[in-house]
Amino acid sequence: MTFNTFLRHLRVGFNSIFRNGWMSVASVTSIVVSLFVLGVFIILVLNVNALADKADKQVQISAYLNLNVDQKLREKVQNEISAMPEVSKVQFVSKEQGLTDFRNSMGDEGKELLEGFGKDNNPLPDKIMVEVIEPTTVPFVAQKIEALNTSHTEQPIMKVKYGKGTIETLFKVTRLVRNIGFIFVAGLAVMSMFLISNTIRVTILARRREISIMKLVGATNYFIRWPFFVEGTLIGLIGSVITVALLFVGYDRLAASIGSDFTLQMSLLPLSQLWQWGGLLIVLGVLIGMWGTTLSIRKFLKV
Amino acid sequence: MNEVIEMQDVWKTYQNGTHALQGVSVKIDRNEFVYVVGPSGAGKSTFMKLIYREEVPTKGQISVNGFNIGKLKQRKIPYVRRNIGVIFQDFRLLPTLSAYENVAFAMEVIEAPKRQMKKRVMEVLELVGLKSKAARLPAQMSGGEQQRIAIARAIVNNPAVIIADEPTGNLDPETSWGIMQLLDEINFRGTTIVMATHNKEIVNTMRKRVIAIEHGSIVRDQQRGEYGYDF
Repeated sequence: MTFNTFLRHLRVGFNSIFRNGWMSVASVTSIVVSLFVLGVFIILVLNVNALADKADKQVQISAYLNLNVDQKLREKVQNEISAMPEVSKVQFVSKEQGLTDFRNSMGDEGKELLEGFGKDNNPLPDKIMVEVIEPTTVPFVAQKIEALNTSHTEQPIMKVKYGKGTIETLFKVTRLVRNIGFIFVAGLAVMSMFLISNTIRVTILARRREISIMKLVGATNYFIRWPFFVEGTLIGLIGSVITVALLFVGYDRLAASIGSDFTLQMSLLPLSQLWQWGGLLIVLGVLIGMWGTTLSIRKFLKV
Repeated sequence: MNEVIEMQDVWKTYQNGTHALQGVSVKIDRNEFVYVVGPSGAGKSTFMKLIYREEVPTKGQISVNGFNIGKLKQRKIPYVRRNIGVIFQDFRLLPTLSAYENVAFAMEVIEAPKRQMKKRVMEVLELVGLKSKAARLPAQMSGGEQQRIAIARAIVNNPAVIIADEPTGNLDPETSWGIMQLLDEINFRGTTIVMATHNKEIVNTMRKRVIAIEHGSIVRDQQRGEYGYDF
C-alpha cells in the first residue's frame, strides 16, 4: 500500500462518517449505550468488591472474659490465642478502655446515657480482640477460642462474638454479586458487539453499490475493506470516548453530591482508581468497531 | 495466441436448477467486436457474467486474456478484472461523485500514481467528449452523457476487453448511435468489445460478428451477421 493510498483510506473512512450522517449517529449511540451499561456495571462491581474487601478486613472476634479471670490467666489465654496459626493480631481491651470506647462511639447523646457508670460500677467485661489472616476462618477460630474453656479448670471465656450470621451472609452476598456481575458484564460485552456489527452492516448495505463497482473495476479486497475499517474503528473510538467521559463526569458528580455523608463517600472508590478501566473501555470500543466491521464486510467481499 | 476470450464446453447451472448455459464453446479474437443476441432469459447475461467472473462455470474452461478464470484464486480476481471494462444498461455511476471522480475512481482503486491519474482521466473524458462536464454530478447529466462517463471509466485502465451488457437499453435511438460510434472508435483503437443487445437496428446497420444464444446454447455465430429476431 502506497502512502497516498493510505491517506486516501483515512480520508474516505473519515468522510463517510459524516456522509452517512444518521447511520453513524446510530452506530455511535449503540456503542455509547452498551458500553455505558457495561461501564456502570464495572464501576458497581469494583465498588462492591472494594466494600467487601473493606468488610473482610473489619471482621474481628471479640472474646469476653469471665469476671473472675486474673491477669496471669488472662495473659496465658492471650498467648494461646496468639499461637493459633490463623490469627494475625491479638489485643487486650480492659473493661475501663471498653467503657471509654463505648462512650466515644455513642457521641454526645450517649454521654448522658452512660453518666452513671464509672470505675466502680463498670458493667462491661474485659475482652480480647482477635483479628485473623483469612476472613473466612473467623467462625473456625471463634470455635477454637471457645474450646479453650475445656483446657482450663477455671473457665476463662464468657462469650465469643463475631457477628455470627452477618459475616457468613456478607461473604455469600459479595461472592454472588461478583459472580453475577462478571457474568452479566461478559454477556453485555458480547451483546454490544453484535449490536454494533449489525449497525455497521446496515452502513455497508447502504453502500453496497459502491462496493460492487469497486470490485468491478478491480479493487482488491484489502482496498475495499480499509476505509470501512477506518470508519468502524473511528466510530468505536468516538463512541467509547463519549461513554468514558459520561461515566467519569457522572461518577464525579455522584461522589460530589454525596460528599457530605462521610461514611458513604469513604466507600466510593476514588476516580483515580478507575482510570485504567476507562482506558479498557476505550480499547474495547475500538475493538468492537474493528470486529463489527470485519464481521459485516466479509460477506460482501465474496464473488 | 490471438484469442482474448476462449470458452470450452462451458456449463452453468444455478442453485435453483436453471441450466443457463449448456455446453458453450467459443473463441473471440483480439480486436473483434461481437454482438451477443437472443431472447430474454436465453443465457446472454450469464455468458457475459462468466467473462468478467461475476459467475463461475459449473463445468468447462474459460480463459480471458491468458488467465484461466475458472481456476482463479479469490485474491487474483481483482487483477483479472483490471483487464476487463464493464458497461451496464443502468450506467452504475456513484451518485455522490463528479464525472471526473467517477472515472478517477477506477484508477484510484488500482493505486495508480496521482499525476498519471489526472492526465489519463482528462484524456478519456476528452475521448468520450465530456471534458467540459468533468465537474458535474451524474444527476446533472443526460442518460447518454452518463453512459459516456461509464464508458470512460471502463476504458481508463486500458483493458483488453470491454463487456457491454445492453449499453443502449435505456437510451433513445439518437443517443444510442452516439454511444455505438464511441464503442466503435474504442474498438478501432484496439480493444475487444463483447456487447449483449436487443437493438435490431444497430446490429443490422453496424455489421459485426453476431453470436445468438437460445436455451443456453450458441445457435448461430456469423461474421457480419444479422440480428435475426423480430423483437
